[in-house]
Amino acid sequence: MARIAGVNIPTNKRVIIALQYIHGIGQKKAEEIVTKVNIAPERRVQDLSDAEVLQIREAIDRDYVVEGDLRREVAMNIKRLMDLGCYRGLRHRRGLPVRGQRTHTNARTRKGPAKAIQGKKK
Amino acid sequence: MARSVWKGPFVDGYLLKKAEKARASSRAEVIKIWSRRSTILPHFVGLTFGVYNGQKHVPVLVSEDMVGQKFGEFSPTRTYYGHSADKKARRK
Repeated sequence: MARIAGVNIPTNKRVIIALQYIHGIGQKKAEEIVTKVNIAPERRVQDLSDAEVLQIREAIDRDYVVEGDLRREVAMNIKRLMDLGCYRGLRHRRGLPVRGQRTHTNARTRKGPAKAIQGKKK
Repeated sequence: MARSVWKGPFVDGYLLKKAEKARASSRAEVIKIWSRRSTILPHFVGLTFGVYNGQKHVPVLVSEDMVGQKFGEFSPTRTYYGHSADKKARRK
Protein backbone atom coordinates (compact mmCIF):
# COMPACT_ATOMS: atom_id res chain seq x y z
CA MET A 1 0.00 0.00 0.00
CA ALA A 2 1.37 3.31 -1.03
CA ARG A 3 -0.16 6.65 -0.28
CA ILE A 4 0.42 9.23 -2.95
CA ALA A 5 -1.23 12.65 -3.12
CA GLY A 6 -3.46 12.36 -0.08
CA VAL A 7 -5.91 9.53 0.10
CA ASN A 8 -5.04 7.53 -2.96
CA ILE A 9 -3.85 4.01 -2.43
CA PRO A 10 -3.09 2.35 -5.75
CA THR A 11 -2.23 -1.32 -5.23
CA ASN A 12 -0.56 -4.17 -6.98
CA LYS A 13 -0.84 -2.67 -10.46
CA ARG A 14 1.79 -1.39 -12.82
CA VAL A 15 3.02 2.05 -11.87
CA ILE A 16 1.55 3.97 -14.83
CA ILE A 17 -1.82 2.32 -14.31
CA ALA A 18 -1.83 2.82 -10.55
CA LEU A 19 -1.02 6.53 -10.86
CA GLN A 20 -4.14 7.00 -12.94
CA TYR A 21 -6.26 6.24 -9.88
CA ILE A 22 -5.39 9.76 -8.78
CA HIS A 23 -7.94 12.37 -9.85
CA GLY A 24 -6.19 14.62 -12.34
CA ILE A 25 -3.68 12.10 -13.62
CA GLY A 26 -4.40 10.20 -16.78
CA GLN A 27 -2.36 8.26 -19.27
CA LYS A 28 -0.25 11.17 -20.41
CA LYS A 29 0.63 12.61 -17.03
CA ALA A 30 1.31 9.17 -15.61
CA GLU A 31 3.78 8.60 -18.42
CA GLU A 32 5.41 11.97 -17.80
CA ILE A 33 5.84 11.28 -14.10
CA VAL A 34 7.32 7.85 -14.68
CA THR A 35 9.92 9.14 -17.12
CA LYS A 36 10.68 12.10 -14.87
CA VAL A 37 11.57 9.96 -11.86
CA ASN A 38 13.21 7.24 -13.96
CA ILE A 39 11.09 4.27 -13.02
CA ALA A 40 10.32 1.56 -15.56
CA PRO A 41 6.58 1.74 -16.26
CA GLU A 42 6.20 -2.06 -16.13
CA ARG A 43 7.14 -2.26 -12.48
CA ARG A 44 4.45 -2.80 -9.90
CA VAL A 45 3.77 -0.35 -7.11
CA GLN A 46 4.33 -2.98 -4.43
CA ASP A 47 7.96 -3.57 -5.43
CA LEU A 48 8.93 0.07 -5.50
CA SER A 49 11.25 1.13 -2.74
CA ASP A 50 10.15 3.78 -0.25
CA ALA A 51 12.60 6.23 -1.79
CA GLU A 52 11.05 5.77 -5.21
CA VAL A 53 7.55 6.25 -3.87
CA LEU A 54 8.75 9.40 -2.15
CA GLN A 55 10.22 10.62 -5.44
CA ILE A 56 6.91 10.10 -7.21
CA ARG A 57 5.06 11.86 -4.42
CA GLU A 58 7.38 14.85 -4.62
CA ALA A 59 7.16 15.02 -8.41
CA ILE A 60 3.37 15.14 -8.22
CA ASP A 61 3.32 17.71 -5.42
CA ARG A 62 5.70 19.91 -7.35
CA ASP A 63 4.34 19.84 -10.88
CA TYR A 64 0.70 18.80 -10.89
CA VAL A 65 -2.61 19.94 -9.52
CA VAL A 66 -4.48 16.86 -8.37
CA GLU A 67 -7.36 15.66 -6.22
CA GLY A 68 -8.88 18.25 -3.89
CA ASP A 69 -6.98 21.19 -5.31
CA LEU A 70 -8.00 20.30 -8.83
CA ARG A 71 -11.62 19.81 -7.87
CA ARG A 72 -11.59 23.14 -6.07
CA GLU A 73 -10.05 24.85 -9.09
CA VAL A 74 -12.70 23.46 -11.42
CA ALA A 75 -15.49 24.37 -9.02
CA MET A 76 -14.10 27.90 -8.70
CA ASN A 77 -14.00 28.30 -12.48
CA ILE A 78 -17.63 27.27 -12.74
CA LYS A 79 -18.59 29.51 -9.84
CA ARG A 80 -16.85 32.43 -11.50
CA LEU A 81 -18.93 31.93 -14.64
CA MET A 82 -22.11 31.71 -12.58
CA ASP A 83 -21.41 34.90 -10.66
CA LEU A 84 -20.52 36.76 -13.82
CA GLY A 85 -24.01 36.50 -15.24
CA CYS A 86 -22.79 35.44 -18.64
CA TYR A 87 -24.44 32.89 -20.89
CA ARG A 88 -22.21 30.02 -19.87
CA GLY A 89 -22.92 30.78 -16.22
CA LEU A 90 -26.65 30.72 -16.84
CA ARG A 91 -26.38 27.32 -18.47
CA HIS A 92 -24.45 25.98 -15.49
CA ARG A 93 -27.07 27.36 -13.13
CA ARG A 94 -29.88 25.75 -15.09
CA GLY A 95 -28.04 22.44 -15.37
CA LEU A 96 -28.21 22.50 -19.15
CA PRO A 97 -25.45 21.87 -21.69
CA VAL A 98 -23.02 24.79 -21.81
CA ARG A 99 -21.43 24.44 -25.23
CA GLY A 100 -24.35 24.93 -27.54
CA GLN A 101 -25.56 21.35 -27.86
CA ARG A 102 -29.16 20.65 -28.71
CA THR A 103 -31.62 20.24 -25.88
CA HIS A 104 -34.73 19.41 -27.88
CA THR A 105 -33.73 15.79 -27.47
CA ASN A 106 -30.77 14.17 -25.72
CA ALA A 107 -28.65 16.27 -23.32
CA ARG A 108 -29.44 13.60 -20.74
CA THR A 109 -26.01 13.78 -19.14
CA ARG A 110 -26.67 17.32 -17.98
CA LYS A 111 -30.42 17.11 -17.48
CA GLY A 112 -30.44 13.82 -15.62
CA PRO A 113 -32.90 10.98 -16.17
CA ALA A 114 -35.93 11.84 -18.30
CA LYS A 115 -38.98 12.92 -16.35
CA ALA A 116 -42.35 11.65 -17.50
CA ILE A 117 -44.67 14.40 -18.67
CA GLN A 118 -48.27 14.03 -17.58
CA GLY A 119 -50.95 14.08 -20.21
CA LYS A 120 -48.55 13.70 -23.09
CA LYS A 121 -50.15 11.71 -25.88
CA LYS A 122 -48.73 8.29 -26.72
CA MET B 1 -10.59 26.87 -31.86
CA ALA B 2 -9.31 29.97 -30.13
CA ARG B 3 -8.50 33.14 -32.00
CA SER B 4 -4.86 33.76 -32.98
CA VAL B 5 -3.10 36.01 -30.50
CA TRP B 6 -1.32 38.04 -33.15
CA LYS B 7 -4.62 39.41 -34.39
CA GLY B 8 -5.41 40.96 -31.04
CA PRO B 9 -8.90 41.07 -29.58
CA PHE B 10 -11.77 41.84 -31.93
CA VAL B 11 -13.67 45.04 -31.17
CA ASP B 12 -15.94 47.04 -33.44
CA GLY B 13 -14.21 50.39 -33.92
CA TYR B 14 -17.11 52.59 -33.01
CA LEU B 15 -17.18 51.17 -29.47
CA LEU B 16 -13.79 52.63 -28.69
CA LYS B 17 -14.96 56.10 -29.64
CA LYS B 18 -18.20 55.74 -27.68
CA ALA B 19 -16.42 54.45 -24.61
CA GLU B 20 -13.91 57.26 -24.71
CA LYS B 21 -16.66 59.83 -24.97
CA ALA B 22 -18.48 58.30 -22.00
CA ARG B 23 -15.27 58.32 -20.00
CA ALA B 24 -14.68 61.98 -20.75
CA SER B 25 -18.21 63.08 -19.94
CA SER B 26 -20.25 62.60 -16.79
CA ARG B 27 -20.21 58.77 -16.84
CA ALA B 28 -23.06 56.82 -15.29
CA GLU B 29 -25.08 56.73 -18.50
CA VAL B 30 -25.81 53.64 -20.53
CA ILE B 31 -23.89 53.33 -23.78
CA LYS B 32 -26.19 51.69 -26.29
CA ILE B 33 -24.41 49.19 -28.49
CA TRP B 34 -25.45 46.63 -31.04
CA SER B 35 -22.08 44.96 -31.35
CA ARG B 36 -22.56 41.78 -29.34
CA ARG B 37 -19.56 40.24 -31.08
CA SER B 38 -17.02 42.64 -29.60
CA THR B 39 -14.58 41.61 -26.93
CA ILE B 40 -14.73 43.42 -23.60
CA LEU B 41 -11.48 45.32 -23.17
CA PRO B 42 -9.79 46.26 -19.88
CA HIS B 43 -10.53 49.94 -20.32
CA PHE B 44 -14.28 49.30 -20.56
CA VAL B 45 -14.29 48.32 -16.89
CA GLY B 46 -16.64 50.44 -14.82
CA LEU B 47 -18.75 51.61 -17.75
CA THR B 48 -22.32 50.54 -18.32
CA PHE B 49 -23.26 49.26 -21.76
CA GLY B 50 -26.72 48.62 -23.11
CA VAL B 51 -26.18 45.47 -25.11
CA TYR B 52 -28.87 44.86 -27.70
CA ASN B 53 -30.50 41.45 -27.60
CA GLY B 54 -32.74 41.87 -30.60
CA GLN B 55 -35.47 43.52 -28.59
CA LYS B 56 -33.97 45.94 -26.11
CA HIS B 57 -30.66 47.12 -24.70
CA VAL B 58 -29.78 45.09 -21.62
CA PRO B 59 -27.70 47.15 -19.21
CA VAL B 60 -24.38 45.49 -18.41
CA LEU B 61 -22.05 46.98 -15.83
CA VAL B 62 -18.62 45.81 -16.90
CA SER B 63 -16.53 44.40 -14.06
CA GLU B 64 -12.94 43.24 -13.89
CA ASP B 65 -13.83 39.58 -14.41
CA MET B 66 -15.71 40.22 -17.63
CA VAL B 67 -12.63 41.29 -19.56
CA GLY B 68 -12.02 38.91 -22.44
CA GLN B 69 -15.62 37.78 -22.77
CA LYS B 70 -17.89 39.00 -25.53
CA PHE B 71 -20.65 41.54 -24.91
CA GLY B 72 -23.27 39.19 -26.28
CA GLU B 73 -22.66 36.70 -23.49
CA PHE B 74 -24.26 39.07 -21.01
CA SER B 75 -27.42 39.78 -22.92
CA PRO B 76 -29.53 36.65 -23.44
CA THR B 77 -31.47 36.56 -26.70
CA ARG B 78 -34.03 33.96 -25.74
CA THR B 79 -36.80 34.03 -23.17
CA TYR B 80 -37.86 30.68 -21.83
CA TYR B 81 -40.29 30.41 -18.98
CA GLY B 82 -40.41 26.62 -18.84
CA HIS B 83 -43.24 24.25 -19.64
CA SER B 84 -46.53 24.47 -17.79
CA ALA B 85 -46.22 20.87 -16.57
CA ASP B 86 -42.93 21.18 -14.75
CA LYS B 87 -43.52 24.64 -13.26
CA LYS B 88 -43.50 23.22 -9.75
CA ALA B 89 -40.37 21.23 -10.42
CA ARG B 90 -38.16 24.20 -11.27
CA ARG B 91 -36.82 26.85 -8.88
CA LYS B 92 -34.87 25.19 -6.13
